[in-house]
Amino acid sequence: MDATMIDWSRLQFAMTAAYHWIFVPLTLGLSIIVAIMETLYVVKKDEFWKKVSKFWMKLFAINFAVGIATGIILEFEFGTNWSNYSWFVGDIFGAPLAIEGIFAFFMESTFFAVMFFGWNKVSKRFHLASTWLTAIGAAISAFWILVANSWMQHPVGTEFNPDTVRSEMVSFWAVVSNPIAITKFFHAVFSGWMTGAVFVAGVSCWYLLKKREVKFATASIMVACLVGLSGGAATMLTGDSSGIHAAKYQPMKLAAAEGLEDGGPRAPFSIVPGIEVPAMLSILATHSIDGYVPGINDILNGYTDNAGNTELPVKEKMARGQLAIQSLKQYRETRGSDPTQAAEHLSSFRENEKFMGYGYLDKPEDVIPNVPLIFWSFRVMVGLGSFLMLLLVVLAWLAWKKKLEGCNWLQWIALLSIPLVYICGQAGWIVAEAGRQPWTIQDLLPVGVAVSSLGAAAVKTTFFIFLTVFALFLAIEISILIKAIAKGPEME
Amino acid sequence: MTYQFLQHYWWFLVSLLGALLVFLMFVQGGNFWAAVSCVDDKRRRMMINSTGRKWELTFTTLVTFGGAFFASFPLFYSTSFGGAYWVWIIILFTFVFQAVSYEFQNKKGNLLGAKPFQWFLAVNGIFGPFLVGTAVGTFFTGSAFTVDKSAIYAGGTPVISSWANGWHGLEALAQPWAVLLGVSVFLLAAMLGALYIMNNVDDEELRAKMHVRTLWSGVAFVAAFVTWLIHLLLCKGYAVGSDGTVSLESMKYLHNLLEMPVVLVVLLAGVVLVLLGWFKGAFTSSVKGIWAAGAGTVLAVLAVLLIAGYNGTAYYPSSADLQSSLTLANSCSSPFTLKAMFWASLAIPFVVAYIAFAWHAMDRKKITGEEMDAEDIKY
Repeated sequence: MDATMIDWSRLQFAMTAAYHWIFVPLTLGLSIIVAIMETLYVVKKDEFWKKVSKFWMKLFAINFAVGIATGIILEFEFGTNWSNYSWFVGDIFGAPLAIEGIFAFFMESTFFAVMFFGWNKVSKRFHLASTWLTAIGAAISAFWILVANSWMQHPVGTEFNPDTVRSEMVSFWAVVSNPIAITKFFHAVFSGWMTGAVFVAGVSCWYLLKKREVKFATASIMVACLVGLSGGAATMLTGDSSGIHAAKYQPMKLAAAEGLEDGGPRAPFSIVPGIEVPAMLSILATHSIDGYVPGINDILNGYTDNAGNTELPVKEKMARGQLAIQSLKQYRETRGSDPTQAAEHLSSFRENEKFMGYGYLDKPEDVIPNVPLIFWSFRVMVGLGSFLMLLLVVLAWLAWKKKLEGCNWLQWIALLSIPLVYICGQAGWIVAEAGRQPWTIQDLLPVGVAVSSLGAAAVKTTFFIFLTVFALFLAIEISILIKAIAKGPEME
Repeated sequence: MTYQFLQHYWWFLVSLLGALLVFLMFVQGGNFWAAVSCVDDKRRRMMINSTGRKWELTFTTLVTFGGAFFASFPLFYSTSFGGAYWVWIIILFTFVFQAVSYEFQNKKGNLLGAKPFQWFLAVNGIFGPFLVGTAVGTFFTGSAFTVDKSAIYAGGTPVISSWANGWHGLEALAQPWAVLLGVSVFLLAAMLGALYIMNNVDDEELRAKMHVRTLWSGVAFVAAFVTWLIHLLLCKGYAVGSDGTVSLESMKYLHNLLEMPVVLVVLLAGVVLVLLGWFKGAFTSSVKGIWAAGAGTVLAVLAVLLIAGYNGTAYYPSSADLQSSLTLANSCSSPFTLKAMFWASLAIPFVVAYIAFAWHAMDRKKITGEEMDAEDIKY
């Protein structure tokens, strides 16, 4: 396969996914914040809250459109740029996408239209229900796409069918209840709540700095902090489970995130290079001080963990993978003519199929992802996440004590933190996705085998078209948001 | 549930989604008229706001159509999307630009002003339906691709589907019968758009204009579509033998209709309803033509897609290698997945019900000039 084409395909998909993730977390978070605000309006029968809701809803709508527009690009790109992937795993991966469409997207888009345009067209209760249904639809949509994504991290409920030459689903429940999916869903959605909260708090603090809309801004900050703190706490908890899952199912990702060359029991946790907390990684990743955490070299050379489970060296996995591919070929060639031979080849294939993906690798070092990228992304995510949590606590405290108005320095920090929450979310996805490399599907399908049969020039061309369009849309979106914010809510 | 039943069930659902998508392209048709009609800015804005309350439904149907096709016939997804790269990328772009244009066009700070966004809507209004129609046209004319599953283990390039020319789908634009279907779908969308605006916007001047537009786009559509249909019924089709081999059969699609009289009835009923809707919109003062024409569109497109895949027909034929052609049986998901998805699909009537409910609630009050002046939330 043309390595340049593979790289451009990866780059294009990474860019689209990262771009999509600029808009999604704000949708997830702001939809909940707006729903709570409108509930306050309906419950308290106070027009003030209606105006507050309407203002944030306007910003929500500007953001929502680009989120929808970029979501469809990802769906299409599975087919256009990852053709072999689409065939190889379409039997499993397509199902959550279809279900997402049927169950979530229609809900989101139907009730978004009611929520946005329906203020004077439907009853108060129907409108409020629509606002909540939009938020719930967004969360359901996140669930199904993360089920699909998690299956790529930890392919469960599947079996390779040598007759159709693809993986096939054997348990829908296993795919849906994949522990990674559950954790990832909550981690992603709650981090979205944090994004929404930091956005609302930051914008509101700008009004406070300008000494405008004080009542509006303070009220918005209260709701934002409520959502942000509960979301933040849940993000931390699910982040912990993510670590445990990585240790269990994707040890290379964890080793890369920690820059751990040589692991073992009582593995240290590196805060930054040179500063380590002894045994901390074992505690975090296995919840036991003696827990065995393999390093990059251990994974390359094979290891035995505390429980006595042995992982083969990558070289041996590659040999067995090649054997699996060879047996598959022989099985396919003999199945029509010589059933006895075919049965032998099939059983040889079954013995080695677990390593089939390794059979496509060129050298053992191919299993190592980009360590510095993942190492630093992980630190950026955790560092910024902790800082933002602290910020929300302080904001909530001062808002509660009615002392926020005088704290100009904090208002500045909150305003300047808006970009930080985006960087935090992007860094999280870099750890999750770049940490999975070289696999499209962990241990099963390397990226080079997942691509379409296209020339590098074609993919390069679309990459730059996408880049231009994305940059343009982002510039427009930010410009419109700034104008709308500058205009402010219509409180009179 | 047999495997064969499930394959047919899913082809039916994919066809139904495709049929609903064509109906919902009244959004594209409406945007086309908004761009080319000589109306004042206020009326143009009424038209954009009218389609603007529905565009997400069309868009979501397109996404779900893609998702359902992926889940039930993954080999189509990998072969067509990865192969006819440029066609799908262009379709994608027209819809992506459309999606942001509503929200952006009349907002302060949109950097480009309103005009470019109105053009994006118009470009999508023309090329969206045209290219989707042309792509579906290749379901009958064939495309240049090969599928070789042994690629996965043969040691060379491991990709199983490859396109046989460097045009990657653009060559369909040189295939007159595929293009004619594209033109037909565009004209149909234009007619439906005029009927929809007439129904949804309460404005005498606009209604009078849409009246005339319905008349002419309807005439053009019927001429284009009937020509295409007659050719389809007389041309050679791609038949699948009981052993899975694909061969050319003369008048295959005519045979399909005659051998599946129910589908024939659905097609005829669809055509009659479209004509009835057209007649209502073009020759009477009724504004309800969209309903008959819409229902007719769904039925007629459904029938056309059913004869592409049912009755032993290869729905995505290969002109490069006949035996690479995709059939329901050789391109579908496993029985397990199709069955799991079958259960999921039972929720569709519920989804349709709440969409209908919300639609009804939102459209009880038609869009008027006064609303455009008074309402602060609008596109």
